[in-house]
Amino acid sequence: MTIELQAVGRERLRLWGGLGVAVVVWALLYSLNKPFWDWLLFDWLGLDPQTHLGSAIEFFFYDTLKIALLLTGIIFAVTVLRSFMSVERTRALLGGRREGVGNVAAAGLGVLTPFCSCSAVPGFIGFVAAGVPLGITMSFLIASPMVNEVAIVLLYGLFGWKVAATYVGAGLVLAVLAGWVIGRLRLERHVEPFVFETTLRGQPIDLSAKLSWEDRFAMGREEVASILRKIWPYLVIGIGIGAAIHGWVPEDFFVDAAGPDNPLAVPVAVGIGVPLYSNAAGVLPLVEALHAKGLAMGTVLAFMMSVVALSVPEIVLLRRVLKPRLLVVFVGVVAAGILSVGVLFNLVL
Amino acid sequence: MKIKVLGPGCANCATLEKRTSDALAATGVSATVEKVTDFAEIASYGVMSTPALVIDEQVVVSGRVPKVDEIGALLTRS
Repeated sequence: MTIELQAVGRERLRLWGGLGVAVVVWALLYSLNKPFWDWLLFDWLGLDPQTHLGSAIEFFFYDTLKIALLLTGIIFAVTVLRSFMSVERTRALLGGRREGVGNVAAAGLGVLTPFCSCSAVPGFIGFVAAGVPLGITMSFLIASPMVNEVAIVLLYGLFGWKVAATYVGAGLVLAVLAGWVIGRLRLERHVEPFVFETTLRGQPIDLSAKLSWEDRFAMGREEVASILRKIWPYLVIGIGIGAAIHGWVPEDFFVDAAGPDNPLAVPVAVGIGVPLYSNAAGVLPLVEALHAKGLAMGTVLAFMMSVVALSVPEIVLLRRVLKPRLLVVFVGVVAAGILSVGVLFNLVL
Repeated sequence: MKIKVLGPGCANCATLEKRTSDALAATGVSATVEKVTDFAEIASYGVMSTPALVIDEQVVVSGRVPKVDEIGALLTRS
């Protein structure tokens, strides 16, 4: 008995001790990132930070490591926290909510619930078939991809916490309003009929309940590995192009072309952003460099939102459950919302 | 034993299918493995996050990809 207890204690020590060590190592790496590259590139290799090449190379290495560290830390933390939530629990929380309050709850839960884009359709069917109103389901489906941890991490790392917070706030408001508008339009008959005919067999299982801390940590590690594996090529290419722009494109290059005074900048940014998808990680370092050369902040945010919230693969998937008219309304309402966010922030920021 | 892997064909679904066949090989359990990609059928199991693993019409895992050992334990338990 005591031996068993000791074994449990050791196991626990290993788990939490390991987490502690990882946090310390992470913090050390993060704080040494800039001094290290400054020392290696400028003092040791003798590059000049004032030259095109010097500043581009420093930008590349410093940014790559910084973003990789931020992604690792935040995806791990978010995944562990999210392991306490599940789509099943979210649906139970949303059932029977009225519009308005329900839209706000759905948008908030969209951020907290672990949800991947390949679950968008089963999720949609599960919500609607269980009686969650269409507009509330839409608030969830919009908030979930848009306010995602990779986007938040990148915005925080590249532009600071104010921009990241603005993005989260704007994303939530947009999800609430767009879902509410879609709900008001009474478009239920434009949902493919089989969705309503789907009978939910059996007891939906809530698998978030019986996980141990060890399971949750393992999920966090796997999620970090799988996301990094998926996005690193985009990240490296994006930071590479960003570094080149950082080094060679003259200051204020975009002030005329895409500054706050150009009304076409936001629509063009959204038009480019919608077809792009998994490149969110690669696109942002590039956009950061463009912003440094005069691209307006609202345009940057609108671009980011259109990249993550609307994508061609997701629209193709949603066609399975939404008839064309509702699909067009969905894309139109979200795109219009993103446009207004961009234009608004260009006016205010 | 009848096993179904539910998922529209994302990367995680393929991983789950592969680990399931690994687990079958490791435990020596004999079973048929069927891939279910139809959304209506996936939803009819009450599954909202893919991939999901169904053993003899019982959903045992959903929304994550368990390790081979864990799948093996689920296979031998039922």
